[in-house]
Amino acid sequence: MDMQVPKKKLGLKERYTLMTRDLAWDTTYQPKEKVYPYADYEGIKIHDWDKWEDPFRLTMDAYWKYQAEKERKLYAIIDAYSQSNGHLGVTDARYLNAIKIFLTAVTPLEYMAHRGFAHVGRAFPGAGARVACQMQAIDEMRHAQTQIHSLSNYNKYYNGFHDAPHMFDRVWYLSVPKSFFDDAITAGPFEFIVSIGFSFEYVLTNLLFVPFVSGAAYNGDMGTMTFGFSAQSDEARHMTLGLECIKFILEQDPANLPIVQRWIDKWCWRGVRLLSIVAMMMDYMLPKRVMSWKEAWEIYFEENGGALFKDLARYGIKMPACAEQIRQEKEHLSHQVWSAFYNYSGATDFHTWMPTEEEMQWLSQKYPDTFDQHYRPRFEFWREQQQKGNRFYNKTLPMLCQTCQIPMLFTEPGDPTKICYRERDYKGSKYHFCSDHCQHIFDNEPEKYVQAWLPVHQIYQGNCFPEGSDPTAPGFDPLAAVLEHYRLNAGRDNGDFEGSEDQRNFEAWRGMAKRND
Amino acid sequence: MQVAAVKEYAGTPRDGVENFHGNQLLYIGWDDHLMFCAPLAFPFPPTLRFGDIVEKVLPGAYGYHPDWARIDWSKVEWLKSGQPWTPHFNRTLAENGLGHKDVLRFRTPGLTGIQGSCS
Repeated sequence: MDMQVPKKKLGLKERYTLMTRDLAWDTTYQPKEKVYPYADYEGIKIHDWDKWEDPFRLTMDAYWKYQAEKERKLYAIIDAYSQSNGHLGVTDARYLNAIKIFLTAVTPLEYMAHRGFAHVGRAFPGAGARVACQMQAIDEMRHAQTQIHSLSNYNKYYNGFHDAPHMFDRVWYLSVPKSFFDDAITAGPFEFIVSIGFSFEYVLTNLLFVPFVSGAAYNGDMGTMTFGFSAQSDEARHMTLGLECIKFILEQDPANLPIVQRWIDKWCWRGVRLLSIVAMMMDYMLPKRVMSWKEAWEIYFEENGGALFKDLARYGIKMPACAEQIRQEKEHLSHQVWSAFYNYSGATDFHTWMPTEEEMQWLSQKYPDTFDQHYRPRFEFWREQQQKGNRFYNKTLPMLCQTCQIPMLFTEPGDPTKICYRERDYKGSKYHFCSDHCQHIFDNEPEKYVQAWLPVHQIYQGNCFPEGSDPTAPGFDPLAAVLEHYRLNAGRDNGDFEGSEDQRNFEAWRGMAKRND
Repeated sequence: MQVAAVKEYAGTPRDGVENFHGNQLLYIGWDDHLMFCAPLAFPFPPTLRFGDIVEKVLPGAYGYHPDWARIDWSKVEWLKSGQPWTPHFNRTLAENGLGHKDVLRFRTPGLTGIQGSCS
């Protein structure tokens, strides 16, 4: 007798359909525009959401399974690392300052990415895109969490790791990553997906993760390396999602092209400005270097990005206009940014220092056209003064760019001896910019950027003192009050690495680990 | 387009002069001296004598640099928003026509920083 045996397993495609699109429905009680109120105002036209393809066809049940497996491995390694005093195996305590930057500047962005993807995962009218964004939202939350768990181990031993979320909302230099992401999540869903999903995750993410994760591997930091690898398979999926989004939007309507191009121009520039901190980390903060910023830029942007934009040319997308300026800046970026953090090392949660002679030779060799001419004399002077007990600290707050919020430290394209100044009058007020590109971003949406929370101006307005302070009281020390508001321990978390508590402790503990006395 | 928004939207500028408790912002940059990584931002009352900035404030900000002591102030060239400009040292900021968030640069001819590197 023939019996119909029910099929036990569904094919991948059927499963994907059942678990994504079949979970969606058309609204009847409310018009669609009211259910998806953010779908149209940016001017992007989508005619058929069913053309959206998730290249991974990932469904929730499979997602939980994979992620749980990765999680188990990650936490086993973190435990082993912390129980075996893994922190004493890093090349040098200077290295940990790079990780402090990661925890205060990058980890909070993972959380912001979670919020952003959760939002667009609700805002897109297409079910396939919604599901993919929801899963990315969970990934981003998980990245924030695993990073905090991996790095909190260092907080037991070293200074500056103690209050990243509080600092992220307050400390002057952290307004750069914070305002970057605030700009993205306050944009519409399509701009968000182009800014973070494509420009950041696809075009620039290698320039963030490879330096930090390889930096960790080169410098004996198993904790950071492990969460990096654990996040890697997610990143591959995120990159594919970002690229898929761009192609889908462009294929839907030719009118979408100029809007998408403007967003790509804007977000590549904003992303590169944000990554200037990674440039300095690579060239100055890793005791064992991976490669120079310039080399990383050439491989990951000029070569890989160049191929990508060639591929997108069939949609009419062009290489962002800022690429030429970035090509020129790659010779200067890390040196200029490190100089700025050296200036203001009294107000950060990490230490700075002058490179040793051997390190300066490496820099000369990696930057033969610029380092010796423009930067070595400054750094040798600073080193000399530091050794005489006259370490340089800039005690006056810097002028900031209205858009990227970075101190106006970048030089004029083509002339590395002059600061680049740009300004614009808008509704009777003056606004200042570090570059033409930051000015153009402002010009496109001035009503957004006039609201920038610029830390220097906020300090001068009296908004960055601990609650209950009286700035008119005799003997009021504004700098000390600002650092207290940041929850920074002045002189302990910051200043020069030479003579710091981190340096002394690391040496002493490593000595104890190797000797019996 | 002033901003992409679902409805009429106007931002409130956060840095209006009324928020600075009687001060206005003035930015000052010393050309060819990149040891100071960026121009500096100062909150000053509009009634401040311009000369007081040069005589009393800037030495604290720039005095660390070996070139500072060598400046010949009779030869210094000033720029306001990138255009040549002449300050009157005995007049106030307001009398000098300096408004909120104006930017000044000064050039010190013959002084080009540490070993001529513009540092």
